[in-house]
Amino acid sequence: MLEVRGVRAGYGPVEILRGIDLEVGAGEIVALLGSNGVGKSTLNNNISGIYKPFAGHIAFEGREIGGARPEAILSLGLVQVPEGRRVFPNLSVRENLELGSYRRGRAGRAVNLERVVAIFPKLRERFAQKAGTLSGGEQQMLAIGRGLMSEPRLLILDEPSLGLSPLLVEDMFALIKRLNDEGLAILLVEQNVVQSLAIAHRAYVLENGVIAMSGKAADLASDEGLRRSYLGM
Amino acid sequence: MTLDIAFAGIVNGLMSGGIYVLVAVGLTLIYGVLHIINFAHGSMLMLAMYGVYYLFKPPLGVDPYVALPILVAGSFAFGYVLYRGLIGRFSHGKDENILLITLGLSIIADNAALFFFTGDTQTIDVAWAGRFVEVGPALIPMPKLVSFVASLALCAALGLFMAFSDTGKAIRAVAKERQGARLVGIDVENIFAISYGIGIACLGAAACLLMPFFYVSPSSGHAFVLVAFTIVVLGGMGSFAGALVGGLLIGIVESLGGLQFGEQLGQIGIPLVFILILLFRPVGLFGSR
Repeated sequence: MLEVRGVRAGYGPVEILRGIDLEVGAGEIVALLGSNGVGKSTLNNNISGIYKPFAGHIAFEGREIGGARPEAILSLGLVQVPEGRRVFPNLSVRENLELGSYRRGRAGRAVNLERVVAIFPKLRERFAQKAGTLSGGEQQMLAIGRGLMSEPRLLILDEPSLGLSPLLVEDMFALIKRLNDEGLAILLVEQNVVQSLAIAHRAYVLENGVIAMSGKAADLASDEGLRRSYLGM
Repeated sequence: MTLDIAFAGIVNGLMSGGIYVLVAVGLTLIYGVLHIINFAHGSMLMLAMYGVYYLFKPPLGVDPYVALPILVAGSFAFGYVLYRGLIGRFSHGKDENILLITLGLSIIADNAALFFFTGDTQTIDVAWAGRFVEVGPALIPMPKLVSFVASLALCAALGLFMAFSDTGKAIRAVAKERQGARLVGIDVENIFAISYGIGIACLGAAACLLMPFFYVSPSSGHAFVLVAFTIVVLGGMGSFAGALVGGLLIGIVESLGGLQFGEQLGQIGIPLVFILILLFRPVGLFGSR
């Protein structure tokens, strides 16, 4: 579904990603793991068209999207829920969700709105409230809800568990699993290695701008090197 | 000052305030989205006023109120193209560059106007402009009443558009969260241009409502823009409601100041309000940090 080949990218003269190969197939959860600052968000933002890669190819369902405009990429159904949520603080929860279908999924707006509030009943209670007044966990729900409003074919979740309480983190991973069970392909970008590997089919480990390890999630979970460097065991 | 005169002064101030609201709403909208003061605002108003003037003059002879939809559409298109072709292109994504470009544009526009239209003041004579309407003890010139009602109606329409249309929501979204906006597929540059266009369209409307009782010269935009800037600061930078309340308030301040201190010195109330706000409530009446 998503194919990344030899992507080099960064900011200005600084190259952060030095040749990335990555694939997400239909119906998969693929985890992209790595600690802070290794370039996970840089990769996301290049896939989403916020930045343009220096070199390499990005294809979505066989179509080259490297360097395309963000709204064109979103129109194809490749939707990113960004790190830090990036909800519209001055708009109500309802308006945030409605804007999720600004470019894609407009016809299904009413139906999808019902679906999203069924997944996140909290959001219905907060419908008229400004998004900026929500708690961190609620904002994360809103960001994911807004992403779902775009009728994604592939959903990129950038650090969805960041800043959530342990209990909410559990809920979040359960939710991601559930969305995937309904057929949605997900690229899960996380620092939370254990829980990500528990729900992912495959995983990549990003280190210093290159893929250091990749394979089946179950294999990686039992890998000695990975356990040492990320789990301190 | 007797009560009757004070009442008349307040009503007259409110009437002038309508135009101020319209000019300030455009300024505050552009500020809210682009985070810059549009220094070309006064010059754009002046150009729109010349537009009304030349539409009215023979051979065209278009009534300024009939010209309103034309001016609104034309000004929007002008602002949109100006942003797309010039301001956005040369700003390279830096807000401070936009500021300098709009300053440069105003200098060019003012001097081009001097060159093409000369420095003479021009007025138009509309048949019904001499009529008055009685409101209690106050006599209101017809065109001022029309300008007040039409300004508020246009602001209400714009407010509804901002609240309920997808484009309006997108404009508000872009104002606070550009990256989030890009990720839901909002073409941010396009929204910038639309916002700038709407800001200029407000000036087109203001020019039509203004010309029946005001004059135009290459420098006549400046008076309004200084007032509008005070209103935007008074109401809160980027606040719609602030521009509305602030505009009417400033209209009253100016009018009462004029009654008390005479037409020339009366204007002193406006910078006074400006200084007081900066001292006691720098975020403005409806502003947020």
